[in-house]
Amino acid sequence: MANALVFIDNPGAALKKSSLELLTIARSLGETAVALTGELSDDVAATLGAYGATTVYRPSTDDLDNYLVGPKAAYLAAAAATSGATAVLLDNSPEGKEIAGRLGIKLNAGVITDVVGVEPDGTAHKSVLAGSYNTSAKATTAVTVLSVKANNVEPAPAGEASVPATTTVDVPGDAVAGSARISARAEKPVSGRPDLSEARIVVAGGRGVDGDFGPLEELADALGAAVGASRAATDAGWIGHDAQVGQTGVTVSPQLYISAGISGAIQQKAGMQTSKVIVAVNKDAESPVFEIADYGIIGDLFKVIPQATAEIKKRKG
Amino acid sequence: MKIVVLVKHVPDAQFDRHITGPANTTDREESILSELDEYALEAALQLAEERGGPKAGNEVIALSMGPSGAVNAVKKSLQIGAYSGVHLSDDALAGSDAAATSLALAAAIRHISADGRPVDLVLTGMASTDGETSLVPAQLAERLSLPQVTFASSLEIAGGQVTARRDAGPYSETIEAALPAVVSVTDQINEPRYPNFKGILAAKKKKITSLTLSDIGVDASQVGLAGSWTVVESAEARPPRTAGTIITDEGDAGIKLVDFLAAQKLL
Repeated sequence: MANALVFIDNPGAALKKSSLELLTIARSLGETAVALTGELSDDVAATLGAYGATTVYRPSTDDLDNYLVGPKAAYLAAAAATSGATAVLLDNSPEGKEIAGRLGIKLNAGVITDVVGVEPDGTAHKSVLAGSYNTSAKATTAVTVLSVKANNVEPAPAGEASVPATTTVDVPGDAVAGSARISARAEKPVSGRPDLSEARIVVAGGRGVDGDFGPLEELADALGAAVGASRAATDAGWIGHDAQVGQTGVTVSPQLYISAGISGAIQQKAGMQTSKVIVAVNKDAESPVFEIADYGIIGDLFKVIPQATAEIKKRKG
Repeated sequence: MKIVVLVKHVPDAQFDRHITGPANTTDREESILSELDEYALEAALQLAEERGGPKAGNEVIALSMGPSGAVNAVKKSLQIGAYSGVHLSDDALAGSDAAATSLALAAAIRHISADGRPVDLVLTGMASTDGETSLVPAQLAERLSLPQVTFASSLEIAGGQVTARRDAGPYSETIEAALPAVVSVTDQINEPRYPNFKGILAAKKKKITSLTLSDIGVDASQVGLAGSWTVVESAEARPPRTAGTIITDEGDAGIKLVDFLAAQKLL
């Protein structure tokens, strides 16, 4: 009987780093099983074994991807019951959180989202009110459901690899009844840069870039960073909404956040103030961003940023 | 069409927000209508107006659950344009987590449906701006056994069917569901209107129904701290960030920036 169950939605050819992080946390809670959807390649199966998974559950239907949230939650509830797990871990994507929510109702289980750390007894740590408080929370129910943010633990394989058994879980026949159907799905344009919510470094621009993200993209590429933006920049249509960092966009917590031409109003601050190091470049010395920056430059981003990019390229050879 | 819009009264993010009390709950002084709920209200008003507004029998009901002050979220919604309001308030609700909140809201929506005109659509924002979990729309759909169409960045309803675009994941998806449904909308879906003078005057004549737990058939033990499945054991204010080194560019700030990054081992 497993202690922890990790939900991995369509791993594709290789497990994402965030999935490896979930497996690493799960192992600290005890024997780990995985509830998978989609194909299980030999490589993925081997990696799951290397990370200590003893059982891999797969759904009795391959139809789950055609529906939003509900049927996946029904499958995961069945897998949780079969495994006997007392903790279920999911990623913290919008769909991960929503599956967690519905799973909680199905299992009468407390759900904690946006988790950044888990104690062996299931106590979860998170940051709330836009990073102004750190809290510890716990489910009072037999099963705990946690959606865990990426980049908070270092993925580590188990000391001893296992060969996980594969078990099919019957998805209830009525699981898709009354569910919203996904009738079309289009790939979003791929930037080739790291995912914003998981990037180690983020370079973000605001009103001050005045429609030209070019210099910021060059700096991001020199640093291997993701590109983010303030709401002013996404609302102006200079960059896609997916790049928005802030209260109504993505919350980021990278090692380094470089803010250029962003005043740093509360909306933006809410999305980035838990970054480890904040660098700000802004023409206006009165910008609130300078109150929270570890290193602030009062200057023209169109001069400072390209100079920094050239210097980084020079030093990196 | 009968639409219920969920509106939450949340601490204003423009000010410092606090966690207080033995149960580590959010201090709700200085609260306002959650900004993200204005997009749901706007979507509801547009759907009702396309169908001929109140004269054609459409309803847009703003429903808020919360302490006495939360009636202000309902009033603001009425000023913006909601046709009527419902305020679910009971001392026993205090401290409800998402699961308990969704239980109470599901019961309130069933109560609103019990007048012979069932609710066709429940509209919500993509998250509250205080808890920010995005759990309640999904949990509400689960409790009401309704399809969930969440994080909609566009929304159309025709022939009893909802069609929405969802860009929340790695794909841009088209989502379809039959009414009745629970729909949450993002801040990309529309430009919410502001209350105007006429709307503010008209709001004074609009009806606000007050409900308690006994009205909706929910026992006090099912909600609040007693009925919640999670507890917040501790809450510590993060030390505020303080300003570090600030320099003015004298032509070499880009180089100095790289020196700083190198010293921090960030290159």
